[in-house]
Amino acid sequence: MGAGSGRLYVAVAAGGFRRYATYRAATAAGVFTNTVFGLILVYTYLALWDEKPQLGGYDQAQASTFVWLGQALLAALAIGGGGFEDELMERIRTGDVAVDLYRPVDLQLWWLAADVGRALFQLLGRGVVPFVFGSLFFPVALPREVSVWAAFLVAVVLAMLVGFALRYLVALSAFWLLDGTGVTQMAWLAGLFCSGMLLPLNVFPGALGEVVRALPWSSLLQAPADVLLGEADPLRTYLFQASWAVALLALGRLVQSAATRRVVVQGG
Amino acid sequence: MTESTRKQRPRTTRTTGPEPVTGAGAAAFIELEGVEKVFDVRKKTGFLKRERRQVRAVDGLSFTVSRGEVVGYIGPNGAGKSTTIKMLTGILTPSGGRLRVAGIDPSRERTRLAHRMGVVFGQRTTLWWDLPLIDSYRLMHRMYRIPDARYRENLDRCVELLQLQDLLDVPVRQLSLGQRMRGDIAAALLHDPEVVYLDEPTIGLDVVSKTKVRGFLRDLNAERGTTVLLTTHDLQDIEQLCSRVMVIDHGRLMYDGPLEGLHEAGESERTLVVDLERELPPIEAPEPARVVRVEGPRQWLAFPASASAAGLVADVAARYPLVDLSVREPDIESVIAKMYEERAGA
Repeated sequence: MGAGSGRLYVAVAAGGFRRYATYRAATAAGVFTNTVFGLILVYTYLALWDEKPQLGGYDQAQASTFVWLGQALLAALAIGGGGFEDELMERIRTGDVAVDLYRPVDLQLWWLAADVGRALFQLLGRGVVPFVFGSLFFPVALPREVSVWAAFLVAVVLAMLVGFALRYLVALSAFWLLDGTGVTQMAWLAGLFCSGMLLPLNVFPGALGEVVRALPWSSLLQAPADVLLGEADPLRTYLFQASWAVALLALGRLVQSAATRRVVVQGG
Repeated sequence: MTESTRKQRPRTTRTTGPEPVTGAGAAAFIELEGVEKVFDVRKKTGFLKRERRQVRAVDGLSFTVSRGEVVGYIGPNGAGKSTTIKMLTGILTPSGGRLRVAGIDPSRERTRLAHRMGVVFGQRTTLWWDLPLIDSYRLMHRMYRIPDARYRENLDRCVELLQLQDLLDVPVRQLSLGQRMRGDIAAALLHDPEVVYLDEPTIGLDVVSKTKVRGFLRDLNAERGTTVLLTTHDLQDIEQLCSRVMVIDHGRLMYDGPLEGLHEAGESERTLVVDLERELPPIEAPEPARVVRVEGPRQWLAFPASASAAGLVADVAARYPLVDLSVREPDIESVIAKMYEERAGA
């Protein structure tokens, strides 16, 4: 990839950022929703950790931090949907994807750039306020060292890549299924549970816990959270996330070439 | 059937467009040779049963287009027009035959060819929906790696000729259909493509917008020698732009030649609609015009598309109490329907 195409994808990401920035009311509503979700979850967690202190190795402050971190990353990582995939699936269904295909760009990189732009906006626009709110009104365990925050941000970027790669596969299913509602809902459920959005993955015992912690979704919330909370070694976490990112992006490329070679572009 | 038409109307009757330099191969820019596209269609016939059927959207299509030609590509809905364009742009792979654009196989080297072609799908947009129009152009600048000076020059030109000055800062979702279409046409041309495919570029536009779009395309071809392939349902697009028409139906080429020839082949007719002061018996019009319909004071007169309407109008106005009149152009469907009738009769 030359400097020229690097500039292109930066422009696409910048466009993705600004597209979401134009919808201010939606952003405000999202901030409100994330805050309310956070409140419901944090009281549930506090009750739970009251009964079982040190559940999953977290103390109360860590559990509360986990909740607000989840709300800060929910929209950015599109764990509950709302990423680029809805748009791409709609474009495949209507045939508008034809426009994306005749351009001199790589389909996967294009959507990755657009989704990273979107994710960065939502991290700032929708993530910061609920997180600050939670840190002010609830006990939280935040690191003092800048280096830990930096390590956390790297894990968030890797989480964005894994999240994109998973949703890209979901979106491409529309080439065969046309109506991807079922797949989207399954991916949404899997994402909510397996990322740790409902409960941190380290509270699950035995084989179930081992399996969910090894699945790619644990890269999304659990991995960056553990880096921030000082519960995981950053380098090992990066290796885990990067491996999933590479594997899933490669799979996405395979599916993409099968889709564009063999499948009909809809409509006249 | 197809063969006989092609023989009857050899391509040498073309009056405009560059002549081949040395033989046909040297100047052919777009080349199709027996191109086919077959789709598998699965139809539900019972609870779980599905019937598989093959649809030949394009069936043994052969033609060549030279550099700098403006060709109208017409046919009824489902005739295979869009499928052809999708194969030419490389987003669909032909099931059979040989297809080359500028010597390149589009489906194999889609990205390489993409830098040399521009595409406008009238029913779709390449513009960024939520962002101001200018943002999409800046993106094209990067996407096609257009040198800065060239980009500014082309953008200024498009903005001036397509009257986009006041639209550049407007989010695309707020543009009217005609404005958006002009915006899309500009987006397809910023990188100086050698060939432009336009799929229904005037669909849904008002008369003023249509005129602007046509004028722009005519200039583009004249000044830059851009090859244009245009699908349309609007015969006026063809009349005002194209030196050559190809008619496709059921995936096959039915006609390839100048527009006048198409009118002859289909014996197409225009219609003069007159409103008289009162109900009268059918107008006795001079040959070959004839009344085809009477409804109260309104009468419909058909006359050959090649003939002038002026004489007929003057004649009718002189002898009848005329209140109002209008002339209706033949549409492509009726021209093609006529072609069929003639074939069946012959």
